[in-house]
Amino acid sequence: MSTGADQALVAEELTLSWDGQTLVTRDVSLEVATGQVVCMVGKSGCGKTTILHALAGLTTPMSGRVLLHGKDITGVPGHVSYMLQKDLLLPHLTIMDNACLPLVIAGESKEAARAKAAPLFERFGLSGTERSWPSQLSGGMRQRAAFMRTYLMGNDVVLLDEPFSALDAITRGEMRSWYCEMSRELGLASVVITHDVDEAALMADRIYVLVGAPSAGVPTEVGSVIDVERRDVTDFSVTDEFLAAKRAILAGLNS
Amino acid sequence: MKALESEHIGSSHKRQPTRLRRIVVPVVALAALLAVWELACDTGLVPAFMLPSPLAVVRSLFADLGLIAQHSITTLEEAALGLGIGVVVGFVFALLMDRFETFYLAFEPLMTVSQTIPTIAIAPLLVLWFGYGLAPKVILIVLTTFFPVTVSLVSGFRSVDTDMIDLLRTMGASRWQIFRYVKLPAAAEQLFSGLRISATYAIVGAVIAEWLGGTSGLGVYMTRVRKSFSYDKMFASILVISALSLALMRLVDLLEHVTMPWKRAEGSKNHD
Repeated sequence: MSTGADQALVAEELTLSWDGQTLVTRDVSLEVATGQVVCMVGKSGCGKTTILHALAGLTTPMSGRVLLHGKDITGVPGHVSYMLQKDLLLPHLTIMDNACLPLVIAGESKEAARAKAAPLFERFGLSGTERSWPSQLSGGMRQRAAFMRTYLMGNDVVLLDEPFSALDAITRGEMRSWYCEMSRELGLASVVITHDVDEAALMADRIYVLVGAPSAGVPTEVGSVIDVERRDVTDFSVTDEFLAAKRAILAGLNS
Repeated sequence: MKALESEHIGSSHKRQPTRLRRIVVPVVALAALLAVWELACDTGLVPAFMLPSPLAVVRSLFADLGLIAQHSITTLEEAALGLGIGVVVGFVFALLMDRFETFYLAFEPLMTVSQTIPTIAIAPLLVLWFGYGLAPKVILIVLTTFFPVTVSLVSGFRSVDTDMIDLLRTMGASRWQIFRYVKLPAAAEQLFSGLRISATYAIVGAVIAEWLGGTSGLGVYMTRVRKSFSYDKMFASILVISALSLALMRLVDLLEHVTMPWKRAEGSKNHD
């Protein structure tokens, strides 16, 4: 087991419960390094979101701990950025003010926050949308705005709960490539939940396959860990490495 | 062919009436109703002492316009004061009910029961306790207006997406910041719906309270003209009460329009 010092985020043997009695997970451990994308794959209801909640500090585990650059942050929210399936943009704020929200909440003035956010609009492909309302943007654009807000939380660890599942297939593919490129460029450590096997194989440097059925009394555990050999190619989905990763995930899920 | 027909029927059902049609249709319906009413009175089908004709009502309104305006100002002042206090009380109650579950459990049934008591039944008691001055009128209006505001706000607070709250918690937001950025804006739309109802209750509440005593107000005016069997003036005051209620509702609409610019953007997108 790593000490957590060389990793951005480490979860050590997390045992989680919804009600303090029924176990959702048992001894789930994972690590993610800076610049790395880690995917958690598992069947519906296996407790993926519960694990992410624990990593975000929104729930306290029954046992185990969460370390951020070696520092214990178990049960304390506000240290890692979290983005859910829904973009959760506040409808009454403009895209600029939505993006600035983490900074304003942290105590920065609106002007200072806007000055920080303004140069990012081009980088995130959102030029010209600063004064738009969320309802005026397409699904993909809204998701980009949500990513920008997540980035402006200022944390180098980002948790993503099925971030692309609400998008159409074409936009999903574009957003996936864009996010991987962007997160590696920005040096983010990302933990992504997905139930899409292809998505996990395309995005991840490492995949944690979760097995278990908490509702049937079988707590979820890490079934297998798959390290994906990434190559800088135009289309990773036609490489042998992609197919190997995909086969390994499916084997892990059906084990 | 059948599929095409059903598709055509389906699409025609969804078609929204044009703006012009939305105005013309009710105006024509109202004009027809007034015409029938006028005809019934003019031909003697309905005796004038039982139901004055629309023209007689309008003539009375203009004849007594100065006096009605004075009484209307009193009623409006009482309604505005009562509504203002009612909104503040409703807001405080909603905040407490949202913040403290015990407070919600304790007061939610009591508040619901309180709304089953007819206004007309408690008005005489309020006059007995507080006299013929401003106090009983304002209290009655507060009692009738705070409920829609409280209910709409509590419902708005409770309808907030919990994921939104979790998201703000991951940003390190305080309880106040979650209220300021998530709960209050989410409840705003429902608040305005409640406020629209409260605005109409405020005028009606003021008139009912004035019926039971006082020196000025549309309720006092109505009592006086009723005693002199001037039913045309009675109808004129009903017309004014309706107009005032509608004006207050429009004011709430305007307030909503100004304070919620993002709703306009949503509306125009839906229209597209």
